[in-house]
Amino acid sequence: MTHDRSPSTPADRPPGPETLRGGPGAAKPDPILVVDGLQRRFGGLVAVDVDHLEVQRGSITALIGPNGAGKTTLFNLLTGFDRADHGTWTFDGRPVHGVPAHRLVRSGMVRTFQLTKVLSRMTVLENMRLGAPEQRGEGLLRALVRPLWARQEAEITARAEALLTRFALGRMRDEYAGSLSGGQRKLLEMARALMTSPRMVMLDEPMAGVNPALTQTLLDHVRTLRDEGMTVLFVEHDMDMVRDISDWVVVMAQGRVIAEGPPAVVMSDPAVVDAYLGAHHDAPLTGSLQEDRP
Amino acid sequence: MDWSTVLTNAATSLVGLQTIVYALAAVGLNLHFGYTGLLNFGQAAFAAVGAYGLAIVVASAGLPLPVGLAAGLAGSVVLSVLLGLPTLRLRADYLAIATIAAAEILRISARSSTLREFTGGASGINGFTEPFHDLNPLPPGTYGFGPWRYHERDLWVLLVGWTVLAVCCLVVWLLVRSPWGRVLRGIREDEDAARGLGKNVYAYKMQALAIGGVIGTLAGFVYALGQGSVQPDLYGTELTFFAYTVLLLGGVARVLGPVVGAAIFWVVLSLTDTVLRGAVDEGWLTFMSTTQVGQVRFMLVGLALMFLMIFRPQGIFGDPRQIALDAR
Ligand SMILES: Nc1ncnc2c1ncn2[C@@H]1O[C@H](COP(=O)(O)OP(=O)(O)OP(=O)(O)O)[C@@H](O)[C@H]1O
Ligand SMILES: [Mg+2]
Repeated sequence: MTHDRSPSTPADRPPGPETLRGGPGAAKPDPILVVDGLQRRFGGLVAVDVDHLEVQRGSITALIGPNGAGKTTLFNLLTGFDRADHGTWTFDGRPVHGVPAHRLVRSGMVRTFQLTKVLSRMTVLENMRLGAPEQRGEGLLRALVRPLWARQEAEITARAEALLTRFALGRMRDEYAGSLSGGQRKLLEMARALMTSPRMVMLDEPMAGVNPALTQTLLDHVRTLRDEGMTVLFVEHDMDMVRDISDWVVVMAQGRVIAEGPPAVVMSDPAVVDAYLGAHHDAPLTGSLQEDRP
Repeated sequence: MDWSTVLTNAATSLVGLQTIVYALAAVGLNLHFGYTGLLNFGQAAFAAVGAYGLAIVVASAGLPLPVGLAAGLAGSVVLSVLLGLPTLRLRADYLAIATIAAAEILRISARSSTLREFTGGASGINGFTEPFHDLNPLPPGTYGFGPWRYHERDLWVLLVGWTVLAVCCLVVWLLVRSPWGRVLRGIREDEDAARGLGKNVYAYKMQALAIGGVIGTLAGFVYALGQGSVQPDLYGTELTFFAYTVLLLGGVARVLGPVVGAAIFWVVLSLTDTVLRGAVDEGWLTFMSTTQVGQVRFMLVGLALMFLMIFRPQGIFGDPRQIALDAR
């Protein structure tokens, strides 16, 4: 697939991503993440095969696609939790393929997991504190001398408590994380990711299992993240939510990006509907999309 | 049966050499298994490296005691790196296999006739403790009260042993309450989550392995100095598994759990031993001989451990809530 930079986006007039023309691999005015030729196979199965993908800085981008489309695998590759067979990608202009997961986090890219990974036998507050970056007390020798890290620990605790309150977990701070409900675990994992002070958060189905009464506030939090200048890339199956919150939608099917564009445009795209319903299971999805495009 | 002997033996076991040695070995394992989730089944190897390092350097090479101690500690760190480098990136069970194999390889090599010149073969090494006893500030004599009466040499060993144990517990306490310890617990709970929060999991696991191993090596020093000799078969897999028993008894991920566990373990072994022996001598037990008592008491320990796991799986000190969460 060729990557066609849209001629309608001159560099001197950086438009919001919503005014850009869609189509797989569409260029963005100021991408924070750029992926090229990324491929991952599991035996004979090509789980991810992305020719080109850009994620606009400071936007909320939804990644949608049917089950098994390769969304989680793509997350794993980009965040260093899995190894790509081919491909390169840059974060904030720097090539980061092959960089270990923990160093990517330190450079500002954090992710959550589809299957929540709360640290069960630690309290909610300890879960949060663990997320804080550059802790002096995490060095072996300094750990022995409390005065060296006590001040920072107090600051971290204050930050953690503020976030917990924001995520409606304030009352749970001293409970073991293992005693939280499924929805609360999702909230904790997201709050904990924010403790790393990221510039880009990648959320794998953050709303799955969260009480509907709470999803609205959670959506507001996600918007707040964007307003604070963070870039959000999230996987979600709930289309209402995707329409509601995202600036841009990327659609994957069978490992490939088959469409991208503003939510309203993408969701009325017949190729996307087909991918979800599986109507043209054997037809080349990208081909049908290109035919349909004006 | 002489009940005062029974009680005296139990009282000496409470504070005795074995209690110190197994408590130390378990303090190290606690850091591995209890706090980091590392399955080290070769704690005996770390103890052996300490005991043999010390004995070989002092007795065979004739070098001073501190050199022997330094050699043991250096050997311990080298062993951690050798075991950890290839396995700590893999699933937990690889470390378990590598450590148990390494421990047996070390023991069998130490006992082989090829290396007898250095290790003394099956009979081991002795005659390396004089420099240690030369440091003893206690004048010759008998010290103590009640059931606890010791000659100056034994008391010196116990004093040093308990001091080392106390310092190790203090260090572990300082470490596990720190952010460093929090990273270890994060790794124990979910390695990927810790990695996803920017922690260099591999480096932390390596540090935990090395520190817990060094504490195991200190156990080897105390054992060797207390026994006055090293023998390969004292560093077999039983040492590791008894240390795990001690850890489970006292309660995993509790700083003082191993100390309580070791004291209970050796007091119970002493009680069952003297009581059973007495009962056989008195003719109350006719179906076994005094030589079988040694085995029977370990069967009883196994049984007791089974009941402990069924009725109090968190150990004596453990937090029952943590076990409940484990089931999820
Ligand atoms: N470790 C693995 N080994 C083998 N196959 C895998 C592995 N991980 C993922 N796959 C396969 O790769 C494909 C993509 O899986 P992935 O989990 O990325 O899908 P997804 O888009 O996240 O789906 P869902 O919406 O159900 O979470 C699937 O067919 C899956 O079976
Ligand atoms: Mg998924």
